[in-house]
Amino acid sequence: MIKLSHIEKTYDSPAGPVKALKGIDLEIARGEIYGIIGLSGAGKSTLIRCINMLERPTSGTVTIDGQDITAMDESSLRQARKSIGMIFQHFNLLSSATVYDNIAFPLRLGHISEKDVRAKVAPLLELVGLTDKAHQYPAQLSGGQKQRVGIARALASEPKVLLCDEATSALDPQTTKSILELIRNINQKLSLTVVVITHEMQVIKDICDKVAVIENGVIAEQGNVLEIFTNPQKPITKEFISVLLSNSLPAAFRGNEISPKPVPGSYLLLRLTFIGESADEPVIAGMIREHHIEVTMLFGTLDQIKNTPYGRMIIGVTGDEAEIQRALDYLTERDLKVEVIGYVQRHASVAQ
Amino acid sequence: MSSDMLPLLSKALGETVYMVVISMIIATLIGIPLGVLLHTTAKKQILACRNFNRILASIVNAVRSIPFIILMVAIIPLTRLIVGSSIGTTAAMVPLVIASVPFIGRQVETSLKEVPEGIVEAALSMGATPLQIIQRVLLPEAMPGIIAQLTTVIISLVGESAMAGAIGGGGLGDLAIRYGYQRFRPEIMLATVIILIVLVQIVQFAGNRLAKKLNKK
Repeated sequence: MIKLSHIEKTYDSPAGPVKALKGIDLEIARGEIYGIIGLSGAGKSTLIRCINMLERPTSGTVTIDGQDITAMDESSLRQARKSIGMIFQHFNLLSSATVYDNIAFPLRLGHISEKDVRAKVAPLLELVGLTDKAHQYPAQLSGGQKQRVGIARALASEPKVLLCDEATSALDPQTTKSILELIRNINQKLSLTVVVITHEMQVIKDICDKVAVIENGVIAEQGNVLEIFTNPQKPITKEFISVLLSNSLPAAFRGNEISPKPVPGSYLLLRLTFIGESADEPVIAGMIREHHIEVTMLFGTLDQIKNTPYGRMIIGVTGDEAEIQRALDYLTERDLKVEVIGYVQRHASVAQ
Repeated sequence: MSSDMLPLLSKALGETVYMVVISMIIATLIGIPLGVLLHTTAKKQILACRNFNRILASIVNAVRSIPFIILMVAIIPLTRLIVGSSIGTTAAMVPLVIASVPFIGRQVETSLKEVPEGIVEAALSMGATPLQIIQRVLLPEAMPGIIAQLTTVIISLVGESAMAGAIGGGGLGDLAIRYGYQRFRPEIMLATVIILIVLVQIVQFAGNRLAKKLNKK
């Protein structure tokens, strides 16, 4: 659906040319929600603006639905933009126009009767739940409502692609959730291809199918969200994920020396990751039943990445060495990820 | 109060209003497009054209730097060319328009600069043409500011029209000089000053009201 090949963007600045994008290759399939995550200044905003030519790439091509939009003249580009909706961090609504007129704006750019405008705006108002606010001005709306107007406006010209530029970054967590839900609904209902730019891993986790991590103008890592979450390769990816998933040890063990060999009175700490089906299976129970070991639960979360259950757990195991080894083998044979942290003594003073 | 004062005042007021209103209309019709060009041809704007913008800006600056009283005299040949005479109320409107156009242009440009870039970007992303952006985004969004700025221009036009009276343009300024000052009739001087004050108050009040009504922020 969207194909970016070798996109480069260089800006002229008083200090000399600045390379914002250094050869980006990206392919986004139809109907997918594709997340692009990066720190500010990583080039992600430039990248999304290259998709609809708000920024012209210095080199490289952007193909949307088989059409090379980098080669288009101004008037075909304007036509092509009508099938690419965009929403913004700061909503960018006309302050002088009502909610209704804002949503009607893209429609009125073409030759269309007011009757047809009404016929198109009404269902959009309903879709975003703002029918009763149709004749209010943006200044009278909350941030979440403004973004809903932005979404309705972006959908008015029935686009095939929706670009979201930090669409939830100016919103509180509650509102973010509802806006993301709305985006996901539209994605499913209209089989719209969605590109999401964000600096929050939570957004990626909640709605994206695939993700590209961008750092210093290049893609550091890309792939399926679940894979990236469970098996991040690059430090930048790990950093983004660590915001959501704490990798530190439970308080009772934190700061103590981790030894690869058993120490008297120590626990063998294991970090277990369950994905999908395995999150439902009684793996731990099975391990305890079949081996003579003591297991202490130290930490556990069960979450969802899009619709896939995803669990993380830290357990402490004590018992006979050989028996622990057999228990480890038992776990690794199962469909879950086992990471051996090491032998750690528990703080005497901290109560569990 | 002498018997001739009322007709004198009403005639002069009529001339002033005529000069200001007609000059303002003509100057606005030229000044708003000028302001739009000044803004949109600037760097990174929708019609960015560096050299054109520079030339336009220098012409505007050049005209604005000439004091009105000098401009009025300096363009007498042009005035004669346009209206066929260099004296009279209609003739006075030529320098009034020429002085106001660049003033309005700059004021409109300032108001347009206040429109957030993101709104223009959003319109571009929807496939709007530059003309559509000017008509449907820039001007409506900047309108409250433009109205407030135009109010200022009208008020300065009232002042300039009084100066234009000195070269035979008629109006309240002319009346105050010829009767109030040269014929030692302080009551006429006082009356014109009061009328001018009231006039300016009305313009300012109306301008503020309209700007406020249009502002939906």
